[in-house]
Amino acid sequence: MRAMAAQGSPGGRRRRPALVAIDGAGDASAREVTGPATADDREPDGTDAAGAEAGAAAGTVDAERLSDVDEWGRSQHMRDLLAVLYEPIYERWLRVEWEGFEKLPRTGGALLVANHAGAIPLDAPSIMHGIERDLGRPVYGLGDEMFKRIPLVNVGWSRLGGVQAHPDNAYRLLREQGHLVVVFPEGARGPGKHWSERYKLRRFGRGGFVQIAMRAGVPIIPLAVIGSEETMPIVAKLPTLARLLGLPYVPITANMLLGPVAALVPFPAKMRIRVLDPIHLDVPPDQPRYSRSKIMDTSEAIRNAIQEELYDMLRRRRSVIFG
Amino acid sequence: MGKRVLVTGLGSFWGGRLAQAIEKRPDVDVVVGLDTREPTVELERTEYVRTDESYSLLSRIVRATQVDTIVHAFLVVDSTQMTGRQMHEVNVIGTMNLFAAASQPESKVRNVVVKSSTLVYGSHHADPVWFTESSRRSALPRHVVERTLMEVEGYVRDYAADNPHVSVSLLRFSNVLGEEIDTPITRLLRRPFVPCFFGYDPRLQFVHETDVVRAMLFVLEHDLDGTFNVAGDGLLPWSEVIALCGKRPWPLPPVGRGLAGAVLGRLGVDLPPELIDLLTYGRGVDNRKLKAEGFEYRYTSAGAVRMFAESARLRSTVGDEPRYRYERDVENFFRHSPAVVRD
Repeated sequence: MRAMAAQGSPGGRRRRPALVAIDGAGDASAREVTGPATADDREPDGTDAAGAEAGAAAGTVDAERLSDVDEWGRSQHMRDLLAVLYEPIYERWLRVEWEGFEKLPRTGGALLVANHAGAIPLDAPSIMHGIERDLGRPVYGLGDEMFKRIPLVNVGWSRLGGVQAHPDNAYRLLREQGHLVVVFPEGARGPGKHWSERYKLRRFGRGGFVQIAMRAGVPIIPLAVIGSEETMPIVAKLPTLARLLGLPYVPITANMLLGPVAALVPFPAKMRIRVLDPIHLDVPPDQPRYSRSKIMDTSEAIRNAIQEELYDMLRRRRSVIFG
Repeated sequence: MGKRVLVTGLGSFWGGRLAQAIEKRPDVDVVVGLDTREPTVELERTEYVRTDESYSLLSRIVRATQVDTIVHAFLVVDSTQMTGRQMHEVNVIGTMNLFAAASQPESKVRNVVVKSSTLVYGSHHADPVWFTESSRRSALPRHVVERTLMEVEGYVRDYAADNPHVSVSLLRFSNVLGEEIDTPITRLLRRPFVPCFFGYDPRLQFVHETDVVRAMLFVLEHDLDGTFNVAGDGLLPWSEVIALCGKRPWPLPPVGRGLAGAVLGRLGVDLPPELIDLLTYGRGVDNRKLKAEGFEYRYTSAGAVRMFAESARLRSTVGDEPRYRYERDVENFFRHSPAVVRD
């Protein structure tokens, strides 16, 4: 008796929409291998078919996105918002001036390599803002994984174009998507250096940026930046506190000496950014490994070129504030 | 002669659905399903065998049924379902025994498909945005479910290396969403307030449950060999996923995340440690390898979220549908009784 009752119900249940959706899936993949789909053997099930039709031309179901956050976490909307806020700092406070801006490519990938300075290094936002405003193309900034660890910072940083400095990320950005990517090979050693060591470039990492450009087959464009050292000079450091907080450095800046509000205000040093000639690396792309010596030679050459250029720009600079 | 297919984990969500899809194919002669639990979906001709993961039973079944295809769908990826020790037994020991059984000299197995998870990549702040099949983890696995899955993959690789005549495919699925599936993530997204960690907005990737079944059948059909990521196109911030589902975020403190997870677990909000990592750092996997083989996804990540949100709205209005209940006597009657007229 019980068996009879149970027998009746499975038949009725067979037309449940959700089960049919899965059935449709089975049919669909059978179709893929047996031959092209005909128009009428699409989804037998109403809701799913409607979804499939509403999707893209290929029959893929997609959805209206609610934000414009891309795969890297960058949001053009947030960038535009920052541009409005940063424009006065860029134009009136730091009065950023570019030399050789025309050397930056309008299309295709390129790796921009710059020096990095100031307790809160304003060279990064200035480079990104300037290029995005005047060249009209996005710039992604490779940064330390530290940014991804800190709450709030990780969201703001990635929405504004920051990307974890992983070789796979850089390869995809440069080679597959042809973006402009800026990297600061000194890392935290650049901004974290004492005032007395200003404009003396630190070690350029392990030359990873050269390997990235080699693998991606894109040119390296060195940038020399002056002015950011003076926006927020470090007069002392608190290494114990930095260790406790897990940060690369905790600075005491000259700005802090002027009071709590002034601590976050950069000094109005004139910022100049000079674009050096693009370096085309003479190696085939997509190799698993490149010669270490070639990587280190190139890395050192670029470091020396930027260092020379910095000294040249400093020789011509009459005033820190007026340039 | 048609295929003879063995489906492990018939009582699981995936095992049942895969068996349903496989038994519809005309080129399949026999479908045998193993599990300790009864099937939860209706099956036409799949033979259900109640068995645990012990070697002696598995080897006898493989010998007796002469299966040539194994669909290994019983791996547990939801750590809220059982303790770490049970998960080790089911995932690691079960897989070890299954592959030992499949590598007997008299075994006829020529095709194996394993359903793994992108949990094997972990979720860490040093991760690349996109993991490829050959990417390494950024950090050692810290959670039991990740460790067991990595051990399982080790057995799969060993088996593939020892049996070059067998095509072994290992599919790593990202987080699944859909109309029916129940995972810790879907349970979170059905709440009016969805937990998130203040100051973090990770980007996640989803795959629709239909695409999961389609992908498994696709690799079976094409005898594909190797490891493949299966995930929909695109990454979505968690905040946007919550908004797409029409829910509100419930920010939890960014420090002491594990503690928050433990407390919420006590209160009935499942937040297993691997999900805490995911909701902090996110994860993306490169799905182009399977696409290059000709597989076409029917849902993007955002599409999967949309389908889930729509079905959740429907369910909140009309309630759950009645569940299927397995009746052994009835099923046996239909399959084996001479009273049933078959054509």
